[in-house]
Amino acid sequence: MADTLTPVLTDSWGSERSWTLAAYEAQGGYGALKKALAMPQDDIIAAVKDSGLRGRGGAGFPTGMKWSFIPQDNPKPKYLVVNADESEPGTCKDIPLMMATPHTLVEGVIISSFAIRAHTAFIYIRGEVLHVIRRVQAAVAEAYAAGHLGKDIHGSGYDLDVVVHAGAGAYICGEETALLEGLEGRRGQPRLRPPFPAVAGLYASPTVINNVESIASVPSIIEHGATWFASMGTEKSKGYGIFSLSGHITRPGQYEAPLGITLRELIDLAGGIRAGHELKFWTPGGSSTPLLTAEHLDVPLDFEGVGAAGSMLGTRALQIFDETTCVVRAVLRWTEFYKHESCGKCTPCREGTWWLVQTLAALERGQGSEADLELLLDQCDNILGRSFCALADGAVSPIASSIKYFRDDYLAHLTHGGCPVDPAAATVFATQGATA
Amino acid sequence: MSIENTTDVDLVSVTIDGIQVSVPKDTLVIRAAEQVGVQIPRFCDHPLLAPVGACRQCLVDVPDAGNGRGFPKPQASCTLPVAEGMVVSTQVTSPVADKAQQGIMEFLLINHPLDCPVCDKGGECPLQNQAMSNGRGESRFSADSTTAGLKRTFPKPINLSPQILLDRERCIVCQRCTRFTSEIAGDPFIEMVERGAQQQVGIAEDAPFLSYFAGNTIQICPVGALTSEDYRFRSRPFDLVSSPSVTEHDASGSAIRVDHRRGKVVRRLAGNDPEVNEEWITDKDRFAFHYAQQPDRLTYPQVRDEDGALRPASWPEAFAVAARGLHAAGASAVLMGGRHTAEDAYAYSKLARVGLGTNDIDFRARPHSAEEADFLASHVVLTGPEGGSVTYTDLERATTVVLVGFEPEDEAGVVFLRLRKASRSGTRVLAIAPFSTRGLRKMNGTLLPTVPGGEPAALESLLGHADHGLDASSVLLLGERLATVPGALSAAAALAAKSGARLAWLPRRAGDRGAVEAGCLPNLLPGGRPIADASARVDAATTWGVDALPETAGRDGDGIVAALLAGEVGGLVVSGVDPDDTADPAATRAAIEKAAFVVALELRETDVTRSADVVFPVAPATDKAGTFVNWEGRPRPFEAILSNPASLPDLRILAGIAEELHAIGAGAPLGFRTVAEARAEMADMGPWDGQRLAAPSVTATKATTTEGLVLSTWKQLIDGGTMQHGDKYLAATARPTVACVSQTVFDAVGPTVTVTGDRGSVTLPAVAVDDIVDGVVWLPANSLGRGVLADVASPGSRVTVKGGTS
Repeated sequence: MADTLTPVLTDSWGSERSWTLAAYEAQGGYGALKKALAMPQDDIIAAVKDSGLRGRGGAGFPTGMKWSFIPQDNPKPKYLVVNADESEPGTCKDIPLMMATPHTLVEGVIISSFAIRAHTAFIYIRGEVLHVIRRVQAAVAEAYAAGHLGKDIHGSGYDLDVVVHAGAGAYICGEETALLEGLEGRRGQPRLRPPFPAVAGLYASPTVINNVESIASVPSIIEHGATWFASMGTEKSKGYGIFSLSGHITRPGQYEAPLGITLRELIDLAGGIRAGHELKFWTPGGSSTPLLTAEHLDVPLDFEGVGAAGSMLGTRALQIFDETTCVVRAVLRWTEFYKHESCGKCTPCREGTWWLVQTLAALERGQGSEADLELLLDQCDNILGRSFCALADGAVSPIASSIKYFRDDYLAHLTHGGCPVDPAAATVFATQGATA
Repeated sequence: MSIENTTDVDLVSVTIDGIQVSVPKDTLVIRAAEQVGVQIPRFCDHPLLAPVGACRQCLVDVPDAGNGRGFPKPQASCTLPVAEGMVVSTQVTSPVADKAQQGIMEFLLINHPLDCPVCDKGGECPLQNQAMSNGRGESRFSADSTTAGLKRTFPKPINLSPQILLDRERCIVCQRCTRFTSEIAGDPFIEMVERGAQQQVGIAEDAPFLSYFAGNTIQICPVGALTSEDYRFRSRPFDLVSSPSVTEHDASGSAIRVDHRRGKVVRRLAGNDPEVNEEWITDKDRFAFHYAQQPDRLTYPQVRDEDGALRPASWPEAFAVAARGLHAAGASAVLMGGRHTAEDAYAYSKLARVGLGTNDIDFRARPHSAEEADFLASHVVLTGPEGGSVTYTDLERATTVVLVGFEPEDEAGVVFLRLRKASRSGTRVLAIAPFSTRGLRKMNGTLLPTVPGGEPAALESLLGHADHGLDASSVLLLGERLATVPGALSAAAALAAKSGARLAWLPRRAGDRGAVEAGCLPNLLPGGRPIADASARVDAATTWGVDALPETAGRDGDGIVAALLAGEVGGLVVSGVDPDDTADPAATRAAIEKAAFVVALELRETDVTRSADVVFPVAPATDKAGTFVNWEGRPRPFEAILSNPASLPDLRILAGIAEELHAIGAGAPLGFRTVAEARAEMADMGPWDGQRLAAPSVTATKATTTEGLVLSTWKQLIDGGTMQHGDKYLAATARPTVACVSQTVFDAVGPTVTVTGDRGSVTLPAVAVDDIVDGVVWLPANSLGRGVLADVASPGSRVTVKGGTS
């Protein structure tokens, strides 16, 4: 079983004071940086391209290709922005990574910035995780002191400054253009594209925006080579990734494995579903991805496999729910989240999430009729793909998929005149053997 | 100089609803669809604002983006530029697009209050109209439905400024208003705040929405979220009659729409004229119209009775009394202000020459000079867009625009908007002024710090200047205030001649430029005919059917005042003149008192009418047809909107006087009684095609004293002007009345200062301005008391500033 795991990013999470520069360097940290600084920059981009690394923030866009979109003949400065605004419900990979080994990220930032010829890089961390911000700030300060950052890094003639920026706590700022707005000091609302950030991003200059995990993967690619990285994973989804397992399982946590692993394998690694219970539904990539059920236990968790199953790999945030969970209740909570986080810019998301909550809440109370399910689905249809950014698409995903798989659960609320499920049964403090 | 040569534009061919159309590259699909007659519903889209794609109402299906592949989901047509070969299916042909639009409309309406029956916008509301055309007839969230939830509500309304009110629950957060203020006006005092369904337009606690252009946001609001204190709950749009007109407040020539009901103006809106004001007007143009509805409006002619009091008179009696009185008074002169239509100005001009036999006529009821009259004759009269004068569009094309004696935001707000637009696309704005105004900063302009009086030297320094050199792509905008600086207009003319830069003269009042064309100057006859030129006089006399015209150049406004005081002139026809606007208010008042016989033509009772011998009520701009010639030299004709028998157009009154004069053997009749007849005669007379007068060459004078501070002053857009009377909400949006001084002066005597000049002193709060030239104090010209000219001193003169107590 242990062979299934491929600890790279998580390898040293358990070592003594793993977040310090000394601990990181003791494990060979910043070796890739020295190697990269000696390489032609285009070779670094080529290596990342060849590795097949795809964005780990959810969309899975090839990272190397994104870098190659930066117009190098543009006289404006280039920027690297690291999206560390991890806020997707269920997603918990970037924050532990930055807590445990922030230098992996910092080293990745330096190599990536060097490759795209950026002299300033920003790490945009969600504001609520102050402890993580402090830890990354400390790591950046250590890196400056060690000469990994600043002027003429290790005699290469390359200069780089890294700014750690604290967000102000809006889910929408995980959307890359809203993040840029926030970074520029404006309201976090997504920008009209085109122009795309690669052409006119931060301060209207060419900008690469990558997820923490994508950037943190770069040093290992430089260190071990693109072929090594590409040897893991599946044909179109190469490499390893951190899978965050949460919910009704025995050992929730971060499991680093090659893409293409199945939930069945991951659940086994995590010690199985909560004792005495069975899997009811799960999210492959956070609450914005359509729900899957026990019938999807053997779907390979790569971009193509999950897509074929009608969902999305997303951020590999596997939220596991057993049969004690009321799906209507779970979906309503998520919908309330999206209503709260809708930025308000566009109509379908702003008004739609407001009314989805009301409609769902009525259904949870057992009010309405089966026709209201159709109304709800039609509302979802009028939101999906009609809004300015993907937030609203994410908001309707759990609703539409839950009605698809668990229509009877919804109808049970109507016939029961309210929720038929004991909410206490789903809690961690539920009595052993509690039943639905 | 020609307007866009459309053949140079790359065309792109697209198919919309099966109809192929070629449109210029980069055209947005929503506008390309208009070309095939398809109106896609929209809210956030506005042709003069940058695309935002916020409301999502304009979704269309794009089966082929021009590359053979379609978009999987409907696209917002307001943000999607056309591409060669693109295929678009709108709601007309695509069930997908139609459903998408109906879905968005449903979302827009579910939180929108159903207060249309009491909403100002009801009846002219894009949301209401498009809900009918592109929405579902019945709500799926009706109150009796089990899924009916609670609409989001807000307390309503809230004040964004003393004038602008916001009903947040009506707002569909399309961001038109906030985009207007940031993109067009440069006054981003309103911004979106909060998020999700709570997102709303807001202001900062200490910064209300005080913009000179705030009213435009009400007009472009696609729902009834923004309303004005002035108009809120005053009428329903379908009860109003709308008539196009032209603003009478400044020289911009802005197109306006006047909405009236039962003979009374209820509100005014911006007209749409892409060449002139685009779709924007100032708040003064929009809200200042109650002056014509004030109780002191004159409604019948009056003559001074034997007991010395004015008494009502019939029109024929008043004409006869006026004619006899002027005839008996000996030499007469005309002071007629800058507010008249070109036709009325022509009548004053002709009355002076053929009725009173004098060239003593001047429209410049403000500080002026002989140099200015010469400049107007040499560089301004007879220029117009057709003859290659500087136009609004030229401002956008200019590489550099130099503002001299001209503060656009205060003195011609729509010119400011166009200059700001130009500055955002690369035009460099330089200002020869004593300090950077907020307007200049909004144009990203550069200050060439200049003490009042130093303008000639500053202009000269621009020739071949290392940083600010001018060439043929540059424009000089010369404000009327330059008349107070000897040598400034001469220097500007010389600079233009040497550098190739073009120049334009910016008067403040709507009738100023028309009065120049009509010859309401001591040195010009109508059509730019120089009085000094015998052939020009003969030409005019022939048209008018008189034997000869007075040959000697007349007296200008100051000269007429002096002559009245000296008894050299006895009769005075005066109209639209506020003595406090003139170079020496006390002297003007004394001259009117001293005149043997005064005929006053006025809208409302004033100090002048109270001391006149005959008073005629004249029609306001709404009650007569006419033409304002704007600063470009562009004629802006308008028709009468209201019919009110209590007053007559000036030209009809002047015709009556001239006929009575003729009857007693003095002069000739005007030969016209109506605006149409006057227009016909003006067209018949035509422009002078002979030699123009030479440019003035007055040398600048050196300051003789260095005591005290130099007084800089101009009128703010919203101030104590008589045409803003009765508009209390507008008045409340005026900028604070403050003196601008340097930090040194402020530290020494602030925060309240008393400014003393040779005519008196005023006490007011001061603000320190960081880049004000040393030795200058600025006061708003007409925001306090009777104004700076009457109460303090002449602009450019020396004043003292001391600490004051408020």
